[in-house]
Amino acid sequence: MSALDSKIPSGPLDTKWERFKFESKLINPSNKRKYEVIVVGSGLAGASAAATLGELGFSVKCFCYQDSPRRAHSIAAQGGINAAKNYQNDGDSVQRLFYDTIKGGDFRSREANVHRLAEVSANIIDQCVAQGVPFAREYGGMLANRSFGGAQVSRTFYARGQTGQQLLLGAYSGLNRQIAAGTVKMFPRTEMLDLVLIDGHAKGIVTRDLSTGKIQSYAADCVILATGGYGNVFYLSTNAKGCNVTATYRAHKKGAFFANPCFTQIHPTCIPVSGDYQSKLTLMSESLRNDGRVWAPKKKGDKRPPQQIPEDERDYFLERKYPSYGNLAPRDISSRSAKEACDEGRGVGESGLGVYLDFADSIKRLSENVVRERYGNLFEMYEQITGEDAYKSPMRIFPAVHYTMGGLWVDYNLMSNLPGLFVLGEANFSDHGANRLGASALMQGLADGYFVIPYTIGNYLAPQLGKRPSTDHPEFKKAEQETRDRINRFLSIKGRRSADSFHRELGLLMWDLCGMARSEKSLQRALNRIPTLRQEFWENLSVTGGNEELNQALEKAGRVADFLEFGELTCLDALERRESCGGHFREEYQTPDGEALRDDEHFAHVAAWEFNGIDKAPTRHAEQLNYESVHLSTRSYK
Amino acid sequence: MNLKLKVWRQKSATAEGRLAEYEARNIPPDASFLEMLDILNEELLAKGDEPIAFDHDCREGICGSCSLTINGIPHGPVNLSATTTCQLYMRKFTDGQTIYIEPFRARSFPIVRDLIVDRSALDRIQRSGGYVTARAGSAPDGNAILIPKTEADSAMEAAACIGCGACVASCPNASAMLFVGAKVSHLNRLPQGQPERHQRTLNMVKKMDEEGFGNCSNHYECEAVCPAEIPVTVITQLNRDYAAASVSKAVS
Repeated sequence: MSALDSKIPSGPLDTKWERFKFESKLINPSNKRKYEVIVVGSGLAGASAAATLGELGFSVKCFCYQDSPRRAHSIAAQGGINAAKNYQNDGDSVQRLFYDTIKGGDFRSREANVHRLAEVSANIIDQCVAQGVPFAREYGGMLANRSFGGAQVSRTFYARGQTGQQLLLGAYSGLNRQIAAGTVKMFPRTEMLDLVLIDGHAKGIVTRDLSTGKIQSYAADCVILATGGYGNVFYLSTNAKGCNVTATYRAHKKGAFFANPCFTQIHPTCIPVSGDYQSKLTLMSESLRNDGRVWAPKKKGDKRPPQQIPEDERDYFLERKYPSYGNLAPRDISSRSAKEACDEGRGVGESGLGVYLDFADSIKRLSENVVRERYGNLFEMYEQITGEDAYKSPMRIFPAVHYTMGGLWVDYNLMSNLPGLFVLGEANFSDHGANRLGASALMQGLADGYFVIPYTIGNYLAPQLGKRPSTDHPEFKKAEQETRDRINRFLSIKGRRSADSFHRELGLLMWDLCGMARSEKSLQRALNRIPTLRQEFWENLSVTGGNEELNQALEKAGRVADFLEFGELTCLDALERRESCGGHFREEYQTPDGEALRDDEHFAHVAAWEFNGIDKAPTRHAEQLNYESVHLSTRSYK
Repeated sequence: MNLKLKVWRQKSATAEGRLAEYEARNIPPDASFLEMLDILNEELLAKGDEPIAFDHDCREGICGSCSLTINGIPHGPVNLSATTTCQLYMRKFTDGQTIYIEPFRARSFPIVRDLIVDRSALDRIQRSGGYVTARAGSAPDGNAILIPKTEADSAMEAAACIGCGACVASCPNASAMLFVGAKVSHLNRLPQGQPERHQRTLNMVKKMDEEGFGNCSNHYECEAVCPAEIPVTVITQLNRDYAAASVSKAVS
């Protein structure tokens, strides 16, 4: 227990951050350039952190696996970014954004972190506007807003259906300015393969140059991981193909605690799977639920085309079950409701795994032109993928893995239990509890990078001046050698199966046994099967080519090897959390009407796992969540 | 579907490349173009052959990674307006068709391997001026400067560029004018972009020339292949802003 000190400042909730900032250590401007900071990842969190720290005068190295930092997967976020601006005069405030986030997370996040997030949310919008992010505007020139799930106020800022792209390009432009100024050095097509600890402190990384295969170490005064989530442990997800758990999992194996890995978010509005060749799932923005109505036929196995199903034979199940939030119920609840409808045999489409998202009423009410203006690009994307026109017949949607709330454990400084290792954005666990609200991921990524880490990093760095090791240190040499050995092992197995085929099998297993609904039995089965699959991987993997070249099969092998260990941890966490909350739904723990049944007495805590070796049980540490400001209540969106 | 593929294979930047022939068999029409290549790569791996290397990531048309020239056209058949390779589906091809798959070709995009090219020249252009100097913490309230909807929309239209480089690959001059014009137009159309307007325009054009990209001679191939539907009017704006910036520099 004592291993986890969250370092939450004392005093009233709404003054904690202010006081923390004043009490934090500062670093003399002329000393800042003497510090080397490594940032791994160049999405919203990584790019904003690298740019901001560079601007402050630190000497930053930023790494990404893509060919350009602009391609990080934050770019794919569609709907928007929340901020407590209350520009709509509809009752929003920092307190309300804070409360909505805590409640949306089903009371499994840390009050102090979430309050800070709500406080800085308004600054993020200001910062992005100043960078030239072309947010949607009203005719009078003011910023426009839309509504999102889990909120009854309109606080989401957006740029068409491309908000993530525009925010990332904003952060990328700031990063570029620092690269040009010489404060940030960028390493694209470079993958972090290990974390290097010296006397227990994170002081560097080992990387592989993806073009040449060169293994190289970089030393720094601290290491920041902003490497995103682990949704691809399910193989099919809305994540980019390259998204992986390697950076955070390697850090975990070096001692960083992994928190709440079972908190995975299944997004309700994705395009259904169409075949076993499928490589990824595509999200349709949650903003569609502003004007689209979700329904399934009332009758089982009703195969009529949707237009022929009369109104009274349709079940608008979200409106029926959650009249006050209706189609804007939070993601976990909406996803589970769709699954229930399909489990009852009322699913639509060839596979029976889908429900309708219908715009007919909105088109009648607003005209097709207005709907086109709001969602045109999403309708086009739907047509490209499915070949169907959603203006004429409803979209078919099904839930898909989208986001992971779990991540490396961090304290209020966003530092992990390993001194000098900071974790930002989706890669950490801190702000979303058991379920993230729509348009809050962009908010958190940028909050961490622009407004939190610049203040919290000083507390660690100030006493570290002059303590940076060189990469000649034996720990670096050892980590490099281990990395080379591992690569050679992949290359020397010379089996018959591709890394992709193992990944697919793992993903299917995770989806079936640790997906939208989990049970003791399903999780035990998963825990039995994963080690067997992992063993086969190490005996029967096929990787062609060598290390000293661009080798995508080799890259995949490394990532899948980590997923094969990490998947087991996810299932174990899901097994040990004997309650249902947010995105974690255990069949044994539900209310009579099928809602998640939390167990606050035993599980109002963060589970943080300590690695003890492969095939050895990890240790589960608990950080108790103390609620001073909110009252733990049963989440109701009815 | 069964298809004949002629795919560019090149082991490294310095190695000699060639078109290799493959048969893609039993491809579902609902598979994407990249999934078709995934299926082929699985077969190659099973035979112990090296899979075809290609850049891809988000597979939803926004990251700009995928970069294939398909039957001579970047991102494939142009009659499907505004698509990236990853959003191209096999149902748009016919059974038995021969498909040529090559990298995005341009002098400024050296080949890394097979279908992967090095587009870092585009990043270097952005670094030369594609930003507004706005330090975190110094920004005024988001509504302090009003921006008429039409201006915000026109900036967004230009800002939608995904940086894939198809415009360069489609241009007979390998010009990056659409790419540069998009960023210059995005920022120069907004009040936030005004203080650095002239310097930005001059720096980005200078860098574009240094990186070896050609000039625009009005073929409009770029507009035809652009997955983000960036219109060539951004090139008009780039020319106009460049002229204004040059004059301003000459008289100041």
